Amino acid sequence: MMPQKLPYWLVAGVATVMLFMHAPLLVLVLFSFNDSKFSMEWKGFTGKWYERLAERQDILDGLYSSVTVGLASTLIATVLGTLMALAIARHEFRGRRMMEALLYVPIVTPEIVVGISLLIMFMAIHFPLGLGSITVAHVAFNISFVAVVVHARLQGMDRNLEEAAMILGADEITAFFRVTVPQLWPGIISGGMLAFTMSFDDYVITSFVAGTDAATLPMVIYTMVKKNIEPSINAISTVVLIATTILIFVSDRFGQEKPLKADKA
Amino acid sequence: MAGPTLRQRALRFLHDRPQLKAWALLAPGLGWLLVFFVVPLLLMFGYSFMPRNVYGGVDLGFTLENYSRFFDPLYLGIVLKTTLYAIACTALCLMFGYPVAYAIARAGRWRNFMIFLVMLPFWTSFLVRMYAMMFLMRDSGLINKTLMDLGVIETGFEMLSTPFAVLAGLIFGFLPFMVLPIYASLEKLDLSLLEAAEVLGAPPASRFFRVTLPLSMPGVVAGSLLVFIPALGSFLTSDVLGGAKEILVGNLVQNQFSSARDWPFGSAASFVMMALVLVAVSVYLRVRDAGDEMAKEAKS
Amino acid sequence: MAAGSTEPPVVEFRHVNKTFGDYKACNDISFHVAKGEFFSLLGPSGCGKTTTLRLIAGFEEPDAGGGEVLINGEVVNRKRPYERQLAMVFQNYALFPHLSIERNIAFGLEMKKTPKSEIPGRVEKAMQMVRMDPGMFARRKPAQLSGGQRQRVALARALVLEPSVLLLDEPLGALDLKLRKEMQLELKHLNKQLGTTFIFVTHDQEEALTMSDRIAVMSNARIAQLGTPAEIYECPRTPFVARFIGESNFFEGKATGRTADGHGFTVEGEGGRYDIPHHPVVAEGKRVQIAVRPEWLDVLRPEDVPADENALPGKVQEIIYLGETLHVLVKVGERTVAVAVRNEGQLTRPLGFKSGDAVAVAWKPEDCQVLEED
Repeated sequence: MMPQKLPYWLVAGVATVMLFMHAPLLVLVLFSFNDSKFSMEWKGFTGKWYERLAERQDILDGLYSSVTVGLASTLIATVLGTLMALAIARHEFRGRRMMEALLYVPIVTPEIVVGISLLIMFMAIHFPLGLGSITVAHVAFNISFVAVVVHARLQGMDRNLEEAAMILGADEITAFFRVTVPQLWPGIISGGMLAFTMSFDDYVITSFVAGTDAATLPMVIYTMVKKNIEPSINAISTVVLIATTILIFVSDRFGQEKPLKADKA
Repeated sequence: MAGPTLRQRALRFLHDRPQLKAWALLAPGLGWLLVFFVVPLLLMFGYSFMPRNVYGGVDLGFTLENYSRFFDPLYLGIVLKTTLYAIACTALCLMFGYPVAYAIARAGRWRNFMIFLVMLPFWTSFLVRMYAMMFLMRDSGLINKTLMDLGVIETGFEMLSTPFAVLAGLIFGFLPFMVLPIYASLEKLDLSLLEAAEVLGAPPASRFFRVTLPLSMPGVVAGSLLVFIPALGSFLTSDVLGGAKEILVGNLVQNQFSSARDWPFGSAASFVMMALVLVAVSVYLRVRDAGDEMAKEAKS
Repeated sequence: MAAGSTEPPVVEFRHVNKTFGDYKACNDISFHVAKGEFFSLLGPSGCGKTTTLRLIAGFEEPDAGGGEVLINGEVVNRKRPYERQLAMVFQNYALFPHLSIERNIAFGLEMKKTPKSEIPGRVEKAMQMVRMDPGMFARRKPAQLSGGQRQRVALARALVLEPSVLLLDEPLGALDLKLRKEMQLELKHLNKQLGTTFIFVTHDQEEALTMSDRIAVMSNARIAQLGTPAEIYECPRTPFVARFIGESNFFEGKATGRTADGHGFTVEGEGGRYDIPHHPVVAEGKRVQIAVRPEWLDVLRPEDVPADENALPGKVQEIIYLGETLHVLVKVGERTVAVAVRNEGQLTRPLGFKSGDAVAVAWKPEDCQVLEED
């Protein structure tokens, strides 16, 4: 739609909603620099809460666990999800519709159900709980997200491109790597980014399948939130916020590439 | 000419068996989903029909008791309350989200920036965002502090552990899910339709209600589903902002597996939740298909 | 070209069948294309022409036991596209959006393991062949080109391989009329100049008539007629061909006897009696359908009809001014017959009749086409 003068009441209303969407986070960031432990009074600027973060072994361990799990589960989920998307978008096979529907099941299933059902199974088969079980769980809920994102990208892609490559002498494998993958790359990257943030942010599922020894960053934060409010939480939250914002910026750059159907004159 | 290479033969083999090729691509991901997603759900479904073992876990046997306990007013109340919260959250998200989506669609050069603003909370940690709400709303939080400083109230009042806190948290958490699909369908709206309505003499309000709104219905329906489902299954929001007072089905489930050690009942509660999700999805599919039908008829 | 008769056709179809599920896309298709020929597959959408082209390219394979596709005398039914040494221009050009123009054109050469040192020179030559300035366009991406330029790149990408056969799938469909006419001529020149066989798919009959050496008109998964443009236009075999290519007037009747010379037949049809030439499908007592092109009909005063011509009486319904010609619509019985009359200047030498006048529609017996059933 074209830009048009919007009525003032609408602009004001939208501004209020936008404020509601962002004010809590802004306040959080702001008070991570407040030089006061308990008071909401502004006592001056300080970076000491951030310094304190570096001293806390549990936070550092949590960060390490989260990054490890995030990278491992993203890698696996991205490969498996991309393959599934390729099968669904590029091949006719019996049960394709069902497969498409199945992809959406993990997306609509409440996290708590995913976490607990996995816990039940892990217990039943005596699967050791820890970073391994967390990674397995994260892959399970991320495959679908990757597959859906990559599938969308594939559907927007011109199938003639692969045929053009083949008639020019490229066999299926060469055509895949020289033509399909370069086109698909933005989709794979944004699917992977989505998977990584989902993994990095997840508390609910992780908390069930983590067992007693492993703790990811969100689990550490959760414990801090539940125990007592102190400015370190604001600091660590700010760090998480900034990290994810950078991630979105990066993935956004990939996502903003020109649409692939450039051939429609 | 030399005979075909191994690679050529392998490709030929696969080409002749498109089903095999497709299933080979599917197999790893599908296998993972089956083993670590479908099987656990089935196992949990099985557990929901078994008697409870006092040390956690289940005893062998079959019982419907885990489900019949939901007729207890206490649990029925929780299910009802959860559903009501999810409905209220969806309705309020629609109320707040539609104008935002509408404004973005007409924001001209501000559009990308506004989309970014909406996307930002969508990507940030849900736990951190719930904590941010808690930070504002706790007894000595910024809201109470400001109100006291302004002399509106004498002492801080309790905002956390109220329905208000939970509902605000849910809306804060899921509003982007409503805005983005509505924006997507508003963006596709053909402006010439509105001009046509204007030429035909429709005043602005009627142009909105008779052209814009109906045409953005696919976005409204999709957004509603995307808000309703996680709201129904939410656990973290009520856990962080609701304390012990605001128990939703999600918290009930969690309790059964942590403190109460009643796995079968927790499993049954999970499937009650899944049933509600299923109802929501099938309503969504109905409405969407009806919309598609209408669009098709309108075209022909 | 001194192609000896012993040389096998470049492309040959022998009773080829292709079905998709329940849908038959090619039904017993047979034809052959000679070296250097400009061969068109013409027909409405869904007639099977694109499937036929894809069978040549190797994107589809014939049904099991469904005939043979031969390229240069070799059965290629089971060969993959990349084993066929062909080139193709796609309807939407299918340029690789992530590669520059020169890399697009070089793609096939790279795949064929052409020595690296040769590639830049051949890419440049190919660009010049399609009249694109290499200095200006080589480094651009496809998205930065206009439709016509993309078309040229697609052509260069195909021709750089010096293929023996070039397949073209409605390549001009997306261009505007002027560019289209220009490209038609250019393609035809390239075909003659390079000696490459062109197999061209189109739904545009005018395009096919302009460019082709031979045309296969397809309908309902079959070849309805195969021949030179003149044969197709002047001797349409079936009502479908007569209707699809150019305009035609159709007359139906019953063969009641032989003509005076004993060769042709006399037909009793709506509007009157007329003679038709000999045709194997016609026999006394059988129903006959004929087609006559508007430009082969004359509209005359009834008394002016020459003795050796067929004439049906009618009434002028409407006269349509088209510029070069006039279309006189004449009501003959229940039927409206279109007659094309050369415009000799309505201001100086106007037609001798107007709407409502009683006239005769006349033609020479040999100018009508006896049609077979579709």
